Amino acid sequence: MIDVFDIMGPIMVGPSSSHTAGAVRIGRMARALLGEKPVKAGIGLHGSFAGTGVGHGTDKALVAGLLGMKPDDLNIPNSFAAAARQGLNFTFQEVDLRDAHPNSVLLELEGVSGKRMQVQACSTGGGRIQVNRIAGVDVNFTGDYHTLIIHNKDDRGHVGEVTYTLAQAKVNVANMSLSRSNRGGSAMMVIETDDPIPKPLLDYFQQLPGILQVTYYKKED
Amino acid sequence: MNLDSMRDILNAMEAEGREFWEVVLETDMENRQVTREQSMEKMSAVWHAMLDASDSYTGERRSLSGLVGGQGALMRRYAAEGDTIGGDFISQVISEALAMGECNACMRRIVAAPTAGACGVMPAVLIPLSRRDNIPEEKMLQALYVATGVGAVIAYKASISGAAGGCQAEVGSASAMAAGALVFLRGGSAEQICHGVAMAIKNMMGLVCDPVAGLVEVPCVKRNAGGAVNAVAAADMALAGIESQVPVDEVIDAMGEVGRRMPVEFRETALGGLAATPTGRAVMDKMMNGRKRRRTLTIKDARWKLERRPSEGENKKEESAQ
Repeated sequence: MIDVFDIMGPIMVGPSSSHTAGAVRIGRMARALLGEKPVKAGIGLHGSFAGTGVGHGTDKALVAGLLGMKPDDLNIPNSFAAAARQGLNFTFQEVDLRDAHPNSVLLELEGVSGKRMQVQACSTGGGRIQVNRIAGVDVNFTGDYHTLIIHNKDDRGHVGEVTYTLAQAKVNVANMSLSRSNRGGSAMMVIETDDPIPKPLLDYFQQLPGILQVTYYKKED
Repeated sequence: MNLDSMRDILNAMEAEGREFWEVVLETDMENRQVTREQSMEKMSAVWHAMLDASDSYTGERRSLSGLVGGQGALMRRYAAEGDTIGGDFISQVISEALAMGECNACMRRIVAAPTAGACGVMPAVLIPLSRRDNIPEEKMLQALYVATGVGAVIAYKASISGAAGGCQAEVGSASAMAAGALVFLRGGSAEQICHGVAMAIKNMMGLVCDPVAGLVEVPCVKRNAGGAVNAVAAADMALAGIESQVPVDEVIDAMGEVGRRMPVEFRETALGGLAATPTGRAVMDKMMNGRKRRRTLTIKDARWKLERRPSEGENKKEESAQ
């Protein structure tokens, strides 16, 4: 299935759909996953992002995304100044990520409440992105769906409880994946849904025993 | 439906009594589950983004490397003097292509059509024609759907990515899309659209992607002018009744094959062609030095360290799990 507006589009600030537009979307996704305004960002550039990133404005694009800008925001070239005004401290480094897509970035974020989040994502071309790791656990989602990420203790019953509750709330699951760091350690559910997930449901999941962290990304139009 | 070949589109037109652009519009409605109005609204935003970029272009900005900027303004001035070889229309086409390619290189807002590197081709032919012939917006949106259908077929059968298929896949695809749109706007039949598309691709076949320093600047901006003028030539040939002797779907397949067999040096890696010339290498060195200087500064200021690699214990765990 092809989105015709992937052919005639996206509308974006140049110069590169993968190195600029995709980078903005990664920053924006990371901000959404953090769930609050970031005040600190350690940005690790991998592969081609490190190699030709500056010439493509990848650095400015990532910061713009962290500030909540969209890929067509005319202020992307001035994002460093905007970050200073909005109290976001950021640093860049080159990193060497194992088995990562050439256009990858590792973001370490700290939010205004002190909340921390580590996100590894890549830009796969045409402005499309993929999130590959959260808090050191492998994941794989694109932001094409509403996405619920549940970080829990690796224990029996959590998957059943979460999916049953979603079904009760008439939320249809499109894709779902499970992964864990090690047996009895921490595990992650990534659930992509057709229907948006209401806030009370997210709060309910968060207070369940054994659930470490609930993160939600609401799909953009 | 899927836009898998030009033949598919022609068949769908016949089966459902639809125009070319309607087949593409209805595909969007079906795939994204949107209404006709919602789809048209989004296409209208695309058209206005093209117009805005053209209207707000001044030629003052320079690209991050400094290689690009001001060329579109030079061409506009030259065209305005009225003493060009190509005449008014072609001069405007060239001006618009340069201006739009420059907008992209200088971090202004453009429409990737089908890619950011080839963003100048479509507006370069559409904007001057819409002004010269006073074409209503509704018709321009229909032309954009025609072009999108052509692009979707190329994306499916061949590629629209320079990394996968060279510049023929980017500026070549844009040129084919533009040729299709032009034939439509001038009242050509669906068959003539196909011939125009085929001829545009044939003339761009084998074009390599060799960006200096890996940046979307040299030769990308000027190649947009080449792709746009080629679209005009292909469309005029098709409207004159000239036919492509090789059917359009076969031409697109051939383009896909050429792309797949193209050496990796000529597929956006900045290892061959213009990127590998002494001048190209010198620009690359300059950009790399700039990067290193910057990096030292930022590392010094770094507030926290990133985990460069997982610890060894973690490595082993993952290996044993596999």
